[in-house]
Amino acid sequence: MTLATATPRRRLLDHGAWFLVLPALLPILVLSVGPLLYGIALAFTDAQSGRTEPTQWIGTLNFRDLLHDTLFWESFRIGLLWAVGVTVPQFLLALGLALLLNQKLRLRWLARALAIVPWAMPEVVVGIMWRLVYNPDAGILNETIRDIGLGDGRDWLSGLATALPAVIVVGVWAGMPQTTVALLAGLQNTPRELHEAAAMDGAGAWRRFRTVTWPAIRPIALAITALNLIWNFNSFALVYVLTSGGPGGRTRLPMLFAYEEAFRYGQFGYAAAMGCVMVAVISIILAFHLVGRLRRGDDG
Amino acid sequence: MRTSRTVRLGQYVALLAYLVFLAFPFLWLISTAFKPARELGSLHPTWIPQNPTLANFRQAFDEQPLLDAALNSLVAALGAAVVAVLIATPMAYVMARHRTTLSRMATGWVVVSQAFPFVLVIIPLFLVLKNLRLINSVPGLIMVYVVWALPFALWMLVGYVRAVPAELEEAAAVDGAGKVRTLVSVTAPLLAPGIVATALFAFITAWNEFFFALVLLKTPEKQTLPVVLTHFIGAEGVADLGPLAAAAFLATLPSLVVFAIIQKRITGGMLAGAVKS
Repeated sequence: MTLATATPRRRLLDHGAWFLVLPALLPILVLSVGPLLYGIALAFTDAQSGRTEPTQWIGTLNFRDLLHDTLFWESFRIGLLWAVGVTVPQFLLALGLALLLNQKLRLRWLARALAIVPWAMPEVVVGIMWRLVYNPDAGILNETIRDIGLGDGRDWLSGLATALPAVIVVGVWAGMPQTTVALLAGLQNTPRELHEAAAMDGAGAWRRFRTVTWPAIRPIALAITALNLIWNFNSFALVYVLTSGGPGGRTRLPMLFAYEEAFRYGQFGYAAAMGCVMVAVISIILAFHLVGRLRRGDDG
Repeated sequence: MRTSRTVRLGQYVALLAYLVFLAFPFLWLISTAFKPARELGSLHPTWIPQNPTLANFRQAFDEQPLLDAALNSLVAALGAAVVAVLIATPMAYVMARHRTTLSRMATGWVVVSQAFPFVLVIIPLFLVLKNLRLINSVPGLIMVYVVWALPFALWMLVGYVRAVPAELEEAAAVDGAGKVRTLVSVTAPLLAPGIVATALFAFITAWNEFFFALVLLKTPEKQTLPVVLTHFIGAEGVADLGPLAAAAFLATLPSLVVFAIIQKRITGGMLAGAVKS
């Protein structure tokens, strides 16, 4: 009896599994995988918005043009600067905060709640908020500088030298919560006994961190920095609101560049080629990251 | 382990510095939102408005169609959250319980989709939706948001499904409950809190989203809040600060409230997902 029902039930389950998977699988294929492939194909065409002649295959012409597009490479350089400039301080600050929040301190609940607030905010609002902070006249930053007596302050977001550092600070602020939460989760999995044993053996704080804490959170640290690097490289809304890429293109991230190319100038094919180059670079970064993880596995 | 007094003091100073850094931009936004125009024009702005006013809020509603925008945002976010959870939960169940090639591919997609530059996806989506006449429409935006929220929703839900012991389902099967019956009366109730948390998270993601909305919604009466907010900033980058701050403050409140509700569960969900790998 059991044997007799087992076989048909198993097959039924397989059918059932398909039934369960399809509602999500179809949209994924149609609206995510499909467009991705379509996008890659577009990079090899001369597709433009609103034109009447049919789109043609042009081979690698877009990529060859891109190779000589100094504006794009400048934007690419800024994008990498931005991504690294945001990810590294973000990680260090979040690690410090996570270590503090893992201690039994008073006001910890408040800090935990506040640490997450930027996560809940629309990026556009974060951008607006910091525009108010950076505002040359009515902003709090310049007012504080005037109060301390360090001069008159400056127009942070329109200065050629200050614009990129200023938006990087905002990027760090906006991305800290995810990083902190992830690292805190890792810290809470660190065995407490190991810490105590190390302290008994007379290991100082730094040594305890290096030998006990860091090995325990390393996998999470690697994963979250890799994700942060990708997210930051692809970020758009913050800088769009803060500077729209100005002054003089000093904060024009690759996403802003490609957006303008596609939806202001209508160069769909060319913009898609830019997207492909961005994917390639991100893949290389991911590959390095993966190699790093594998090497760690070899060490044991 | 005893911590010396100087170290403790240092820790509190550091924590205070973090609190200031994290909180001050938001406090400044609130302060600006309640300041009358005259104070905003003065060269010595104060933290606390000297003559607090609601005029900025009134002016914000006069200048831009904020109510329509909020309604569009609400419809888009609710639609995305409900549909995403409805289709993601069964798939997450299969991914958590059956180690098939399909599950592995789906997991791979969840990871890879994090690395998509949106620009590569948005152009084809724009063309596809244009052919379907779903450009400049909230339903079209919902479709995009659903797929966009799926990776993280799946990631969270797989963690929650794993947390439900498979033995419970087997016990129900031994007691003679069919597959459907087991899912409905054993698994679903245990998953419910996780499903709600995932839905709320998808809601926040969609409520806050800007890039797709900017590209896909063309006319002001269809646009969502984040897009309408950028209209307060003029072409020259000059903004009417008071109404801008007031509108931005209002637009943040819903996601802050929802986030406060699910804050613990998000952390838990990330943990559950992280333990898996």
